[in-house]
Formats: sequence, structure tokens, C-alpha cells
Amino acid sequence: MNLSMKWLADYVKINAEPKKFCYDMTMTGSKVEGYEVEGGKIKNVVVGKLLSVVPHENSDHLVVCQVDVGSNEPIQIVTGANNVKAGDLVPVALDGSDLPGNVHIKKGKLRGVESNGMLCSLGELGLTVHDFPYAIEDGIFILQEDCKPGDDIHDAIGLNDVSVEFEITSNRPDCLSVIGLAREAAATYALPFEEPKPEYNGVPGNISDSLSVVIENDKLCKRYIGGMVKNVKIAPSPRWLRERLRASGVRPINNLVDITNYVMLEYGQPMHAFDSRFIVGNEIHVRNAREGETITTLDGAVRELSPEMLVIADTEKPVAVAGVMGGEYSGIMDDTVDVIFESACFDGASVRRTAKKLGMRTDSSARFEKGLDPNGCMPAITRALQLVEILGCGEPLNTVLGCGMKKHEKKTVDFDPKWINEFLGTDIPREDMVKYLERIGFDVVLNKIRVPSFRIDIEGEADVAEEVARFYGYNSIPGAPLKGVANAKLTPAQVMQRKLENACTALGLYEIETFSFISPKYYDKINLPAGSKLRESVTIRNPLGEDTSVMRTTVLPSLCEVLARNYNLRNPEAWLFELGTEYLPTTPDKLPDEPTRLSIGVYGGGADFYTVKGIVEEIFGSLGMDDVEYYAPEGECAFDELSMFHPGRVAVAEIGGKQVAILGEMHPAVAEGYGIGTRVYCAKINVAELLDIEVPEKTYKPLPKFPAATRDISLVCDDGLPVAKLEKLIKNAVGGVLEKIKLFDVYKGEQIAGGKKSVAFSIVMRSPDGTLTDEQADAAMKRVRKALAETGAEIR
Amino acid sequence: MKQALEKIELCAREELAKIADPAELETLRIRFLGKKGELTAIMKQMAALSAEERPAIGQLANRVRSDIEQALAEKTAQLKAEASALKLREEKLDVTLPGKAPKLGKLHPMDVVMHEIEDIFIGMGFDIVSGPEVEYDYYNFEALNLPPDHPARDTQDTFYINDNILLRTQTSSIQVHVMENRKPPIRVLSPGRVYRSDAIDATHSPIFHQIECLVVDKGITMANLVDTLNMFLKRLYGEECAIRLRPHHFPFTEPSAEVDIRCFNCGGKGCSMCKGEGYVELLGAGMVHPKVLKNCGIDPAEYSGFAFGLGLERVTMGKYGINDLRLLYENDLRFLNQF
Repeated sequence: MNLSMKWLADYVKINAEPKKFCYDMTMTGSKVEGYEVEGGKIKNVVVGKLLSVVPHENSDHLVVCQVDVGSNEPIQIVTGANNVKAGDLVPVALDGSDLPGNVHIKKGKLRGVESNGMLCSLGELGLTVHDFPYAIEDGIFILQEDCKPGDDIHDAIGLNDVSVEFEITSNRPDCLSVIGLAREAAATYALPFEEPKPEYNGVPGNISDSLSVVIENDKLCKRYIGGMVKNVKIAPSPRWLRERLRASGVRPINNLVDITNYVMLEYGQPMHAFDSRFIVGNEIHVRNAREGETITTLDGAVRELSPEMLVIADTEKPVAVAGVMGGEYSGIMDDTVDVIFESACFDGASVRRTAKKLGMRTDSSARFEKGLDPNGCMPAITRALQLVEILGCGEPLNTVLGCGMKKHEKKTVDFDPKWINEFLGTDIPREDMVKYLERIGFDVVLNKIRVPSFRIDIEGEADVAEEVARFYGYNSIPGAPLKGVANAKLTPAQVMQRKLENACTALGLYEIETFSFISPKYYDKINLPAGSKLRESVTIRNPLGEDTSVMRTTVLPSLCEVLARNYNLRNPEAWLFELGTEYLPTTPDKLPDEPTRLSIGVYGGGADFYTVKGIVEEIFGSLGMDDVEYYAPEGECAFDELSMFHPGRVAVAEIGGKQVAILGEMHPAVAEGYGIGTRVYCAKINVAELLDIEVPEKTYKPLPKFPAATRDISLVCDDGLPVAKLEKLIKNAVGGVLEKIKLFDVYKGEQIAGGKKSVAFSIVMRSPDGTLTDEQADAAMKRVRKALAETGAEIR
Repeated sequence: MKQALEKIELCAREELAKIADPAELETLRIRFLGKKGELTAIMKQMAALSAEERPAIGQLANRVRSDIEQALAEKTAQLKAEASALKLREEKLDVTLPGKAPKLGKLHPMDVVMHEIEDIFIGMGFDIVSGPEVEYDYYNFEALNLPPDHPARDTQDTFYINDNILLRTQTSSIQVHVMENRKPPIRVLSPGRVYRSDAIDATHSPIFHQIECLVVDKGITMANLVDTLNMFLKRLYGEECAIRLRPHHFPFTEPSAEVDIRCFNCGGKGCSMCKGEGYVELLGAGMVHPKVLKNCGIDPAEYSGFAFGLGLERVTMGKYGINDLRLLYENDLRFLNQF
């Protein structure tokens, strides 16, 4: 809402500078976004009178003018315009003047002839023909104002208002008006304010003779008032009215249309004007649209209406979409004779739905949708008819036609100063509260408050407390510490997340943040099987674009995108992790599951498969989960993302019989699809499931008292035999005295037959009861050799 | 004999002075002090001396022996010190070469700030709670006093899954879950992702993070809100931070306020960073609307509460001077490794 300060002055006299005014209004709740001094970018521009206009000696399109600018001597200016003649009054930008658009005018020579300034067009002053309909767009602005040479242009053309831009919150439609803001301003400065009571004389005549109104849906239209103006004279509005519209950001059109806009801006009540010739049957029906009806609105678009929309119709067809926009053919035209003014109160939610569905939000619908006061209809139409008289642009009938005129009683809420002080934590005297409330039109009677009907937002005591607080001053409320003791701690899930973050950063991984929604094509990019359940995502009905249209069912594609981006940015290595959420659909009318996942992705920095495996091992270790089994997923795999991995370089991690992680090298084809030209390793850990795993409390184990016996063993076995299996055999063979099996070499190549590998372990044995003898250790190793030999391995 | 002893001493000192290699020291010791050494040879001749001469010469011989021993020891120490000094000189490193260690990774800057805020609130006795991101309309809007067709819904462009399910537009939805499931006193902090259909640019993202604070108990006042805000923001930004409250409107709080923080750049005088205001908008706050309490099964006649919420991106960008929100979600390592 742009407020003209000149207009405001009709209702309340403010002495504060614009900046202070903006601050003060903001601090009592009418937030100011900024203000603009009209013509603030124009400096040193005056009215000039052309004394003579003669052709330029060296040019056939330039003319040389002698201009009286109010000083002793006329000045000479060269111009290219062809619409000037001696005797014209024009805006003159003098030497050293400023114009909008950072234009600076200095004297100079044009084709050898001295020019001491510039004659200005409308555009050069930042104006349009709507501001001065008598002027032309393309040429010098010939002034028809009451002014004389030397007058400052701001005063001469009324470009001296200040426009203040308010951000009015949706609960205060009453402040979308000059009067509403005047009331707030008066209350802010404790100045007197009187509700305006417009009056007009009108010409005698019963409107019922020429119009009838029927509200067919009184839920969606609480009140409808029609007024009639006979024999209108369509013309531009007078300058003062145009100026105010301009300062409010509304384009002047013609007097009748301008009046409807003026009243809307002043009273906050949207108005509409019909040409009565086009109201068939002279009947107005406020009804729901019929199936298949259409209307061509004022903006020239054909709109398809649907039955839940409310329309204003004559006996045949809709002539306006109620509260949104009028129809084109019944609008005001140059030859309009009789005009019907509409001032009505439509249901906010209905107007909002209709405007949204039709995709046209107007100044009118923006006001109606917030909920307007039915009592506002009558003052508004009266004001409109009064303006017709003031402008002398028609003959308003002295009667109006009202429908739904049932009295709307003032709302009453409780007034309990003690409660308000307790709620705010203040000590404001009752009489101060009463003062604040009365300034904004509340009647306080004992312990009750009668609330003006335009205050749709006031429903209870908390609302009253806010009114008191904002005039008392939010920043005058003292701070008071919370009382009582509260005991807070992180939940097990939060503790686990922090442990994971600590482990990941300690392992050299950088945390990333990715979008939770992805493109469904990302599932193809990670080579997810066609029938995978992970392809069934929660889908956004109104996404920004396909790229962000489904909620991810797997965190891995998001990670892959980031790996690819870093690779393309030529970052030589990337070690990344994210604690992210997956969104797994349940049933369509229920919310999805949102489990937390840890995704890890690395390339560069010497990373290989065993790097990512080591990272996963350390992460489980950091959670105290030591009993993890890793194997190549040959049978059933809990992770459909398996297909994004290199088939020979992927493992799942299992704890307590449950597959909780997958890790491995990205399939070369997938990497190629992402444009990654190096080997990439990824992992995903199902964090949510880890919470169910019981981790034993840590207890101290006595440090060994007796020395360990260490024996090395080396063997050659089938390449396909997993080391984990060999380790298991060793473990079982050694028995209770086994302390550690340490793999220290795996070798394939020269001196080892094809399809075989050489593996070497160091086996550490120790007894808590005494030093192991060589015999004991050798016996254990004998069992080990026997067990290993049974696999066909050759012990070396 | 006396002269012979003095000559040995002189000779030993001269020889010693010439030695540079520690290995030669032993040779020297053997030559003079060894069992077959020069001094021992002299001493053997002692028996031939008269009883008068013997004590004096004996004394002299002992003194010569101990002098040579001492000189040897000093020389040994000197050579050792020299050798050690030389070794230290030779081992001099260019200490400006880069260090070697396994590299630590880093948390995302938003997470760093998030933890900082979470820890402040844990210290103030607030539990940290979360709720679903894909949410029922009821929890995101209706229970928060935003019935269908409420005009304030327009200020939060919403992603819908279907008519009843949406992506939450505010972490306030968690308030409702908390109030349904806990009885007052309630002190919780609910951080999380929220979604609004804003195209991505330097200051907007369709996904961003909010952190919401909720307190419900008997006798909670707006003064408590003011104090909690002050305490939290002073811990986050330092004691010099100052705030101001402006009346505003949120459907789920009454009274409602926007909270501005004094511009760190100009200290409140007004500059380009605060658009001449001296203050920068930081967060929204207010007393929990009685209707919201009621919707969640808490009697507003008995209990009151306050809530406030702030955007994690805004705080993070302010803290690190990041001027483009997109950087936070691009995850370029050259960006991530700065924090």
C-alpha cells in the first residue's frame, strides 16, 4: 500500500519528517518498506516561457529558442522537438540540473550554437500521459498549469508529494486505506482523528425505478449496495485527483473509473462501475456462475467460470466476477451515459479461491480475500457519489439500493487489565490501556471492549494485549528470565548423529547439504532396476521443475551429483559425507517414512575400495559396533542401489543378521554417466536402523600380564576364497588364546599360479593365565595348518 | 724424575690439544695413563727413590695423573659437544615446509552454526525435537490457526503432495506435535528443513532450514520472550549485540513481533548493509496464539507460551559473510574447506 502524505494530511496533520514518520509507524505495527519523495531525482528544473523559436542555421531539424526562465535575461536553448512555439510554457532543465535516470544537464553547443539547458518531455521528468492527459508522449511537455516562468517544476505540476510504502499484514485489511493508516498515524502520535462522514445532495430520483438487486447466495455476499449516476461526462480527472492516484501507484484513466479507485484507496472498500446500458433487464443478480459460463474481463481475457465462483450478473449473463474484476463490455466507455456504482461485501475465502483459480489477483481481490467489513459499503458509495458531485461529472441519484442491510453489531471482547499485564509481563496502568485503545476506535465500557467492525482481527484478550503492547511500545517491555529448572539432553538418535559427524570429519570427510527432492531421472542415472520399489517416490504436485519433482527414496543420487560437480570443477579429490533423509512412501493418504541415512563418497587422494571400507569400519567402530560382517552381496541384498556399484567391488555390512550398509566402487558405466573420469567409491549406512542395535556398555579389560606368542603363516589358495573365510578358520582353529589375526600380505602375480593368491597372516596368541609355551603355540598352529589345508590351500 | 713427570704432563697437554677425533682420545689415554703407559713407566721407577724424595715425587705423580685425566675428560666433553652441535646444525629443517598429518574433514558451515545454537539451548534447558518434513496440512497450517483459504497461506508458497499432504513450510508444525505429545512445562528447540516454492537465487531456495523455539508453561509472559531472545542472541553474537522488537502478524502468535538485530557493520548508525535502518531483520516471534494452544489440547486459560523461529541460512550467511545462498547447497569443496 503506497500512501500519499498529502492525502493523509486530509485526515491527520503529521509534523514528523518522512524518515521519522516511517520509523514511528513501523514501531506501532504498520511496517514501512520505504518512502519516495516524488520528483526527488529532479533538481534545478523550472517553468520557462518560450519567447521565440527560430530554425537552427546549421541544422534542418533543430530549433533555437529564447526562453524566459524568470531571470533578468532570457536564456538560449537548442531543441530537436517540433511541437514548440513562442508563448508556450515548458519545463526547462537549467545548466547543472538533474533528471530521473541519473541524467545530468550541462550547457554546451549544438552544431555550433550555444544551448544553456534542455526543454523536457513528460518521459524526461519520469511521467506519462496518464499523469497529464493533455500532453503528448513524443515531444516537449507543453504546460497547461497555472504557473509562471521561474517557478520550480515540482510545485508547478504538483510533483511534490511523498509516497510511503507500507507492508500491511493480512490481518489488517482496514489499513489498506488512507483512512485506516490515518487512524493508525493519529494513534501513533496521540493526535485527534475523526471518522469521516461523507455526504452528498444528489438529484431526486428512486433508484428502484431503474435497477433491482437480488443476492442469490447470501453466504458469499453479505451486502450489496448499488448507486446510480445519470448523464455522466467522461473526462480526465482533475489534477489533484490524478496526483493522489499517481502517488498511490495507480494509473489515472478517466473521472468515473478514477473515482472507484480513489474510494478504494481512501476507504479500503473496492468499488465497481457498470455502464447501465449493458445491464440487461436492469436487474443485478449476485449468484454463482453456471456451468460453462464465460466472461471477457476488463483486461480483455476470456475467462471460464465454474459454479463455485460468485458473479454479478444481469438477467442473461455474468457482468463481473464478484470482487475480482469487471466484464469488458459493461465497463465505462467514452459514450457511457448512466453509471451504476457497486459497493459490496463478498466472502474473503471465495474471492481468494476464485482469483487464484482464474489466475488474476487484483487490488480488489487482495482486499476482499482478507475479509472486509460490511459496514464499510455505505460510507464508500456515499463518498463515490460525493466525488461525482465535487468533480461535476454526473448526476447522482439521491437514493441507493441496498441488499443484505441487516445490522452488523459491534463485537465485544473482555477487558482485563490485570490479565494483560500478567500476559505481557508489564505494569501498565489501566487508564493508559484505555487511552491506547480509544485512539484506535475501541470503546471501553467497564470490563468490556466494543470493537469497531472493521477490526476483523480482534477476537480475544490476546489480541487486545497486542493492541496495548504496540502503543505502549514492544521495546518498553522489560525482560524477565524464565522461572523453574529444566533438564535437557540430546536423544539417543541425536547423540548418534553427533558421533557420526565427529567420526566422519576425523576420517577426513567433508559434510555436504543436498536437496531432498530430485529428478526421477536420477534413478536411471544410478542404474536402479526398473522394478525397484525405490522408484516409487512421494511426488510433488506443483514442483518448480522436473529436477526437483520427487522426494528422494535414496540419498545416493544426491551424493553422486555433488561428486560429479566437484569433479567437473576440477577439484582433485573429494571426500564427502551427508547425514540425509530418505522419504519412503507408505500409503497415499499417509505420511512417508523419513529414515536418516549416512552417505559417503570419495575420489582422489589415494582412495580405493579399501579406503571406503576402512571408513565404514571406523564409523561402526566409533559407535562401539565391532561385530560387523562384510561380504560380497551374492544372495539377497537389502539395497536396490547395488546396481550402481562395480559388481566385483561391492560389499554389504551386516550386524546382528541385518544388512545395514552397502559400500563399494561406483560402476564404471554409472561414473561415465555422471561424467566422472576417475574411480569413485560410495557407501550408504542405514543410520536409523543402527539405533535398534544394542551396543554393550564399555568395561575395562585388564592389560595383559603375560607375553604373547606370535606366529606367521603364509599360504597359497584360490583367488576366489575370501580372506574373511580364512580368518574364520584360523579363529576357530586357534581357540580361546587367539588375540589377533593380522593380515600382512596378499599377493597375486609372478611366482603364483594363475587363479591363485598368496596370503600371509600374523597370528598373535596370548593366555591370561600364564606365558604360552612354544609347545602350546605350535600345537595351535598345527590345528591352523590342518584347517587351512582342508580348503585346498597350500601352506608355505 | 720430577722433570720427566713435568715433561709427560706438558707432552700430554700438547697432544691433547691437537686431537679432533674422539677415537684418538682413547689412544692418548692408553699412551699416557695405560698400564704400559708413560706415566705408569715413571711410577715404576718410584721404588728407586730415596725415602725423602718419594712423598714429594709421589704427590707430583698423582697430581700429573689427575690433571691428565681431567684434561682428557674436558676434551672428551668438548669434542662431544662439538659433534653434537655439528649434528644439530646438519639436521636443520626448513620449518616452513607444509606439515604432514591425516587431514581432518569439516562440518558444513550451516551444521556448525546449527550445533552452536543447539548447544546454547541445551544449556538453557531446551530439548531438541524434530518432526516430519512431509506433513499433513493440519499440522502445517490448520492447527496453527491458518484454516483453508486463509490469506496468510499465500505468503508461504507451498509444495503439495495431495490435498492433505504437503512439504512443511515452517518448523512451527513441530510445535503442534510437541504440544500434542507433551504436557507443559514445555521447552523445546525444533530445527529442520522447510520447503517453499521459491526459485533458487542468491537469497532464495526452495529448501531452507528453520530453527524454532517453543516454551509453554503457567505464567509465561512476553517479558520471558524478550529475556530469552536476549540471552540466546547475546550468546550467539556476543554481549554487544542489541535487538529491537517490532509489532507484526503471524497467525499462530498473538502478540506477534519481528525481531531486528543492530547492524554489526555500522553499529546502528545506518549503512548500506542495513539499508540505512541501523537494524537488520532477524527472526519472527510471539506469544503462542490461544487458538493454537487449544487446538493442541492445552487450556489457554491455564497456560501460556511463546515461540520464535529463525532461518539458519540467514544466520550462517551473516556469520561468515557469505553473499550467495546457492553456495550453501552447491557443496564445492573450495567453499566447504573454508570453515
